[in-house]
Amino acid sequence: MKHTISVLVENHAGVLARVAGLFARRAYNIDSLAVGVTADENVSRITIVADGDDYILEQILKQLNKLIDVIKVRAVNESELLTRELVLVKVNCTPAQRSELISIAKITEAKISDISLNTITLELSDYSNKIKTFEELLRPYGIKEIVRTGTVAIQRGSASLTI
Amino acid sequence: MSENIMTVARAMVECLKAEGVKHVFGYPGAAICPFYDELISSDIEHILVRHEVNGGHAASGYARMTGKAGVCIATSGPGALNLITAIATAYMDSIPIVAITGQVNSDQIGRDVFQEADITGSAEPFVKHSYIVKDPSSICDIIKKAFYIAETGRPGPVLIDVPMDVQDMECEFFYPEKVEIRSYKPTTEGNKLQIKRVADAILKADRPLICAGGGVFLSGAKDELKQLVHICNIPVINTMMGLSNIDMSDELYFGMMGMHGVKAANYAVSHCDLLILLGARMGDRAVVALKDLKNTTIIHIDIDPAEIGKNVEVTTPVVGDIKKILTQLLAVIREEKHTEWINELSEIRSSSETVPETRKDAVNPKQFIQTLNSHIEKDAVIVADVGSNQIWTANNIRLTEGRFLTAGGMGTMGYSLPAAIGAKKACPDRQVVALCGDGSMQMQFMELATAVQHGINVKLVVFVNNYLGMVRELQDKLYSRQIAVDITGSPCFDMIAQAYGIKAENVTDISQADQAIRNMLSSDRPYLLQVFVDKEEKSII
Ligand SMILES: Cc1ncc(C[n+]2csc(CCOP(=O)(O)OP(=O)(O)O)c2C)c(N)n1
Repeated sequence: MKHTISVLVENHAGVLARVAGLFARRAYNIDSLAVGVTADENVSRITIVADGDDYILEQILKQLNKLIDVIKVRAVNESELLTRELVLVKVNCTPAQRSELISIAKITEAKISDISLNTITLELSDYSNKIKTFEELLRPYGIKEIVRTGTVAIQRGSASLTI
Repeated sequence: MSENIMTVARAMVECLKAEGVKHVFGYPGAAICPFYDELISSDIEHILVRHEVNGGHAASGYARMTGKAGVCIATSGPGALNLITAIATAYMDSIPIVAITGQVNSDQIGRDVFQEADITGSAEPFVKHSYIVKDPSSICDIIKKAFYIAETGRPGPVLIDVPMDVQDMECEFFYPEKVEIRSYKPTTEGNKLQIKRVADAILKADRPLICAGGGVFLSGAKDELKQLVHICNIPVINTMMGLSNIDMSDELYFGMMGMHGVKAANYAVSHCDLLILLGARMGDRAVVALKDLKNTTIIHIDIDPAEIGKNVEVTTPVVGDIKKILTQLLAVIREEKHTEWINELSEIRSSSETVPETRKDAVNPKQFIQTLNSHIEKDAVIVADVGSNQIWTANNIRLTEGRFLTAGGMGTMGYSLPAAIGAKKACPDRQVVALCGDGSMQMQFMELATAVQHGINVKLVVFVNNYLGMVRELQDKLYSRQIAVDITGSPCFDMIAQAYGIKAENVTDISQADQAIRNMLSSDRPYLLQVFVDKEEKSII
């Protein structure tokens, strides 16, 4: 099962290595990882999507908590989370195909970020499954390059994770 | 300018003094020279080991006896790397040590310069925390935090890596009195509701059992454990790390559990209806004894929540400091008997206890250890190395108020002599005896020099079987062929000892043991006994 884990850490050099190292040496599977600074510049937030059963999830949370630089750890139920990934896709696009691709962009609410004679670059921010579908739609045109970020997540409603 | 302005090197020494450090164990090199230069002019005693790993083990032995973090020092690169095995050994056994390493100049880090090693990176899996000191003004705060982190919560090693140029920079010395780390707040007090649950479970149980591990020492909870055991008449067993946290001659003590444990203890775990795990992380070597516990209520008391439920499924978790939790518990329990259960276990204990036989042409090590029992002082410290010899010692030594030390978690050969040196520095008035095999002896005998140079009166017993005995046992059992376990070519250890100016005796027959042990223990200098044991002597039962 996939779990989305939010981790608040001290914004020091080496913290990411500690977190990543913990996952590697304890053989926990990471699907994606995203890091960025929070409203407090001394604190960074790491969002990890990990795979494992309930036992593994409990171990991950406990072991993360043991790292001295980890301030807070929280795993929130999928249904209570707003999750987003960003994808940039460069697709082959002849002038004749342009309008077709522009209409795909419209329907999927993707942005047209760049365009050249033979390619078009689309940008979409959405949850994981939507991005997958988006990719499927573009595949027939020939994807030249695709860049995806890790998932970031925030709780729905007024609940928040701060220190 | 304030007189508190000094070099980082000097501030490091002042910090150690402020922390109450009396002894440090180390080995110098270029990158740690500025620090050494200041250390030598302080009244902290530096014990020069002969290999960095042994400085780490000595700090570990020292820490285990004082309950304070032991300090070890190494230079950059190879020196620091040599420390890693000791750091990892301490990590596995939750021993507080503060390791200080020199690093190459800060502007050269990352360029593969001479004797550069990313020690914080390489040691990361084995430390509770680590620091690289880049800002000279952070040194006092870092050292204070390092000791605090090492000693509190679940203890463990903390590494401080200090680039050589930083050691020479100026800073203001100010040793903080308190530490505030927002991301590190270990729970010490037990949850009241959980304590009530434990008390109720004890009340309900007919066949309760306490399995006491190394955590009892770390929390200083021997007295509380003894009280609980006797007020409620609960039989108690040990994991290897817990050995000697309860008087081994106690009627309610049933020995060591696990793969290398004794019958009574393993019977007790598989037949109890309530199992209280007390500061025992239930490593795999202990868990083998826990077969079918579906109907057993299991209470796990530990300072580290991550250990609870990791290896054993638990009915009631209690997170906190054992001493505090037992004190809370003692206030709410009442007297109980459990006579039938105790009789049942006592019978198994007495019927399974065998008297070791006398061997022809060699010494039975179990018999030797039992002879040793009748000579050691009540509060002796016994350090067991790793291998068959460790199991012989663990299962045959009888300590009442003494202390048993071993590298239980990592099983690091070569631990015993350096750890004994550290233990003796920590408690100069107690007898300290290390016991090892002829294989492990060859991983550590350079430390005889340390004992001689610093006048550290440790005793060493070497069991010679010309084999890496425990591996040979394993090969005999599982692979039917022996390979790379015959250590023919090993030296005469009595001559090795003599080369260091240490008196040594050979014990080739058990009849010589009594006198030899007497001579060893009555000497006020280091002493070595070379005991020739039966090649076929087993540890696996
Ligand atoms: C540093 C290290 N290397 C290898 C091992 C694997 N090992 C475990 S027991 C053992 C044999 C120890 O031999 P010896 O010290 O002669 O003791 P004996 O088992 O014969 O009593 C070995 C090699 C280990 N535990 N530690």
